[in-house]
Amino acid sequence: MSRYITRLRMRRTYKWNGRPVGEDRKLKRQYYESMSISVEGKTEDATVSLGQYILIEGDDDDNPFVAQLLKLYTDDSGKKKTAVLQWFVRMCEVPQNKRKLLGRDPHPQEIFFYQDRSCDNEVDGETILGAVQIEYVPVQDPFPVGKSRDILFVKLLWDTKSFRALDPELMQPSQSPKSPPPSSRGPQTRALPTPDPSVMKRAMSGILTRGSMSTGKMSSSEAESLHSASKLSAAKALSAKRRSQAVSGPQVRKKLDLCSPSKNMSRDDVLGELLDERSEKTLTSKLNTSPTGRISISIRLTPLNLNKEECVSPLSSHSPDKPRMTAHDKDDAARARTPSRRKDSAALREPALAALAEEEHEDSPINTAATSRSKRKSAQLVSSRIKKQLNLLGNKIGLQSDGEDGDDDDCFIPSKIDLQSSSDEEEEAKIDSEDELIVKKHRGSGTSRSTEKTRVSARTPRKTPSKKTAPATPRTPRHATPSIPSRTAPARKPGNVLEEARARLHVSSVPESLPCREQEFQDIYNFVESKVIDGTGGCMYISGVPGTGKTATVHEVIRSLQQSAEQDEIPHFRFIEINGMKMTDPHQAYVQILQKLTDQKATPDHAAALLEKRFSAPAPKKETVVLLVDELDLLWTRKQNVMYNLFDWPTRRNARLVVLTIANTMDLPERIMINRVASRLGLTRMSFQPYTFKQLQQIITSRLNRVKAFEEDALQLVSRKVAALSGDARRCLDICRRATEICEHSGSQKNSSGLVGMSHVMEALDEMFSSSYISAIRCASVQEQLFLRAVIAEFRRLGLEEATFQQVFVQHQALCRVEGLQPANVSEGLTVCQRLGSCRLLLLEGSRLDLFLRIRLNVSQDDVLYALKAD
Amino acid sequence: VQDRCGCVLMMLCDGVCVQAQKLLRERLCHQKLPDQPVGLDSQYKHLLELLRRTAVHGESNSVLIVGPRGSGKTMLLGCVLRELMSLKEAQKNVLLVELNEKLQLCNETKSLGFLVFQGSFAENLAFLLEALKKGDKSSSRPVLFVLDEFDLFAHHKNQTLLYNLLDVSQSAQTPVAVLGLTCRLDVLELLEKRVKSRFSHRQIHLFSSLSFAQYLDVVRAQLSLPPDFPDPKFSDEWNHSVTKLCEDKTVEEILRRNFNGSKDFRSLHSLLFLAVSRVSVSHSTLREADLIEAWRLISVDSKANVLHGLSILELCLIIAMKHLNDTYDGEPFNFQMVHNEFKKFIQRKSHSIHKFEKPVVMKAFEHLLQLELVRPVDSGVCKVQREYQLMRLMLEHGQVMEALQRYPQCPTDVKQWALSAFG
Repeated sequence: MSRYITRLRMRRTYKWNGRPVGEDRKLKRQYYESMSISVEGKTEDATVSLGQYILIEGDDDDNPFVAQLLKLYTDDSGKKKTAVLQWFVRMCEVPQNKRKLLGRDPHPQEIFFYQDRSCDNEVDGETILGAVQIEYVPVQDPFPVGKSRDILFVKLLWDTKSFRALDPELMQPSQSPKSPPPSSRGPQTRALPTPDPSVMKRAMSGILTRGSMSTGKMSSSEAESLHSASKLSAAKALSAKRRSQAVSGPQVRKKLDLCSPSKNMSRDDVLGELLDERSEKTLTSKLNTSPTGRISISIRLTPLNLNKEECVSPLSSHSPDKPRMTAHDKDDAARARTPSRRKDSAALREPALAALAEEEHEDSPINTAATSRSKRKSAQLVSSRIKKQLNLLGNKIGLQSDGEDGDDDDCFIPSKIDLQSSSDEEEEAKIDSEDELIVKKHRGSGTSRSTEKTRVSARTPRKTPSKKTAPATPRTPRHATPSIPSRTAPARKPGNVLEEARARLHVSSVPESLPCREQEFQDIYNFVESKVIDGTGGCMYISGVPGTGKTATVHEVIRSLQQSAEQDEIPHFRFIEINGMKMTDPHQAYVQILQKLTDQKATPDHAAALLEKRFSAPAPKKETVVLLVDELDLLWTRKQNVMYNLFDWPTRRNARLVVLTIANTMDLPERIMINRVASRLGLTRMSFQPYTFKQLQQIITSRLNRVKAFEEDALQLVSRKVAALSGDARRCLDICRRATEICEHSGSQKNSSGLVGMSHVMEALDEMFSSSYISAIRCASVQEQLFLRAVIAEFRRLGLEEATFQQVFVQHQALCRVEGLQPANVSEGLTVCQRLGSCRLLLLEGSRLDLFLRIRLNVSQDDVLYALKAD
Repeated sequence: VQDRCGCVLMMLCDGVCVQAQKLLRERLCHQKLPDQPVGLDSQYKHLLELLRRTAVHGESNSVLIVGPRGSGKTMLLGCVLRELMSLKEAQKNVLLVELNEKLQLCNETKSLGFLVFQGSFAENLAFLLEALKKGDKSSSRPVLFVLDEFDLFAHHKNQTLLYNLLDVSQSAQTPVAVLGLTCRLDVLELLEKRVKSRFSHRQIHLFSSLSFAQYLDVVRAQLSLPPDFPDPKFSDEWNHSVTKLCEDKTVEEILRRNFNGSKDFRSLHSLLFLAVSRVSVSHSTLREADLIEAWRLISVDSKANVLHGLSILELCLIIAMKHLNDTYDGEPFNFQMVHNEFKKFIQRKSHSIHKFEKPVVMKAFEHLLQLELVRPVDSGVCKVQREYQLMRLMLEHGQVMEALQRYPQCPTDVKQWALSAFG
């Protein structure tokens, strides 16, 4: 099926064609016009040159990425080849829930011009597979028929939110790759992934330069400081940024970007382009064109960023001195966000967008003035062309902004649905798999597309959820859908205060916030956030006794991260959850991860192999995966390979996997893991302490949330009691719930205050904590009580805590005579003994031993005597 | 056997007597749930209220019903479910899944009314969890999971099933009620701590605090014929005789002994069942003799009948073993020792019993071994000659003596030997 040669099968060698056309001394780069790819076993070399459309190796061999080659350069060592690209996406790479936006069936050979600010546009030159032919088709025209299957068609533009008509200017025929018309440059550059997220990346260029971002990334920032902020400070910077954003909208955002070194990046790009065009004027023009660099910045910035230019206030994004807590507060605010607020933000954005066009016009004369100073014809030419392009662009952006806003409004659904996203996701998956079917059909017709890639990359640019489309589609059931039949009558709502309190106190009710876990929340939040922003991977181990809110806190973190991702504050990521208890075998973990990631079914071995490949293969457009592994200790196997893999994947260069693990014991890594596993887990650990009574009290109060159902003392009693025993919040809530029931029953009789008081709580506590052995003994029959007495008598005689039935039976008969009862025979005695054994008042051996079965007491002798005496 | 008995009687005479007998038998065989559980009112209310909340409000719950065997756990649950299903709003809204220890998860998915599909255990589990996860509190039908013999589920690997069911009950998924029935008081200690944390710790204990007077009332109620019995004359007569029977001293004694043995109704029912079965057309009322006979059958020692059928030689061997037990204080013995003891008896005291060849004695000994009246001390490892293999007597002193008393035509010298302090 696969027609594309990949590295796995054949070795390709890459060579520069000709001499470098330009050089950047500062960045120690040499620019080239074309590159030849020679494949082992083939005589003729393929050549790719600037402006040509090329295929890039992806996660999937059958369905490589498509892009237009913009730049080729090498670093000073000459070994590393980097390509700057304009991406195109296939339909299968568009998220399933967005595909409906197209409004028609996609042509099998159709691709879309990809416009995403957050997408990385530099790849390793050695991932280029070869050239491909792309044709631009105007929007109104039908797709040409009878063309070669290798040709791909571009009709529309995909900006991660909607499909829009593609400006033909953006698409230049690639027949003259050597010297593409300069006018095409502007729009292309503009459409390149632009700085908003990259601004943040620059802010922590230290990480970036380590190159863990993507394939063979050679970012311009390499020339910049390596000494910059640590990951955490970057995270702080971002949270600070978000904080200010939430407070004052886009205005503040501008300031932050100002200080970030995004300028360098864009200037650099422009330089490269200029060099491409005018190779003869390389070095001299470079210095002079630096003012033009400014122009291109404004071109490249998307509306919001452009606006930022205005503000010159020195407040920097590197000011993490604000207290961390505010970030948390902000999250709360975000969580409580209402539809109206969301609309507001959209509305806020609009003026900003409108301002853009004007601004550009303002900018451009200045720029031309600047260039004219340089008195160079070439520079003038370039700048005038850019100017022309700018005008064009201004109109276009206006259009785009409309589209975006409309889309925003449409896509928004009240947050309630967001919470249920898990089930919706499944629906999506269904649709996905059906799309696959279609894709498969088309496969035969030539455009090779692979299902795997469909799934993998389809999820990448997940933006605002447009879930409204998903459930509406009628589809034929292919599998048995796991579901519970729905009830005929709706569930009744709580009627009175006590019922209301009970509903709120149920462990399953999702609280608005998690009190008493702020610090833990913040730590986990920072950890995950920094990893997501960096696009790196990492592990974290969370421990704590049951019922201390470990899983709840992690879910809370993910929820708020997903919210900020929806608002484009951080890159998108996927969240996957597995639970050691919810699988029959540790190796099933692979199967479940794979299924949740790509909706594929596979055997454990195969799934492990696929995941291995996925996490080690370089893929420029991959999004971060956050994996929660609950009940980690159950994934233990003798060779520990499941745990090993889980912790090893995040360390891979291209994995972008964050693993959060949860277990009960603090020293689990030391106790059950062999060294190489424990070492990979790392030292990022956190332990959840059992709740103190004050915290428990606070939890109950916050859950009750002004529903007055408990007396203060009663609450304190419960929380103190539970804190002394286990600190388990679940227990605490259960007791309170039971107390409301008791109150309800007694309230009807006594007509008391209606609040849950001390007596009710005491009763509930007694029910839950008191041992039932004593009442069991008291309620036992006469013979059973006698037998217990005989057991104790025999123990006393022997001085041991164990006796055979025969010995006890002799005592039993003697006691019967003392009590004036007819002595039981052996069969009766055994029956009595067995009955006590089945209640576990006695511990017995197997009954086949008959007379010689050994008996032990499961209760203390004192308890037995106490129970019998009180009788 | 009981059914056949009933059939035979039916064929013999078809009358009111048989009808009454049939009715009582049905009652005693638990074929029908009682109208109201006896002495379990508070537990009944508690459980009903709990399940009602699950069915009506969609509140997830978990509860354990703990009580000794025969204390009426299943009966209580049956009554509660009957009442629950009679509620209009619960009727169509509840799915019931009953699980026994042996049932596979596959059956569980089946009984939830899903399409049954062939798949591995892992797939089934994933499927079930997915299904439960998709539901929510307000719209999906509550599912009641009844786990009979709850303690045995705790022995499953990792307690996966319990963890998952209880986890669903503690999270915002399909409303479920997990009902566990068990007779073990220490069942919570069997649960792993994370499973235990998810359990609501709600336990309903069924301990009968019945007094003997109440017990007698129950007996009377169980034996009485209902007022809507077709033949009022017969039913009056019958009920009168039952009242008289309960006042009888011997009957009371028997019932008290039964009551002392165990308070549960299961043993009472088996006693009454035997008594009721003895009623026939010739004597159409329940007499005290019937009850005495039934008691005799029920309380008989299981080994007494075996001893009754032994030969004199075998009985002698048992007496010899008893003496060995006395002398060596319960230490195990071998055939050779028993044979020596037996030879001493023959030589010194015996008049009636002739000398037996050793192989004959050996044969008798092996017969005892087969009857498991003697049992080898567990040492199958090293091969020892059969004569020297260590054995234990599986009889209590009293059982031997009683058997001797009852043995028909037992020689007096054997009896004396058994009674004598030394071999």
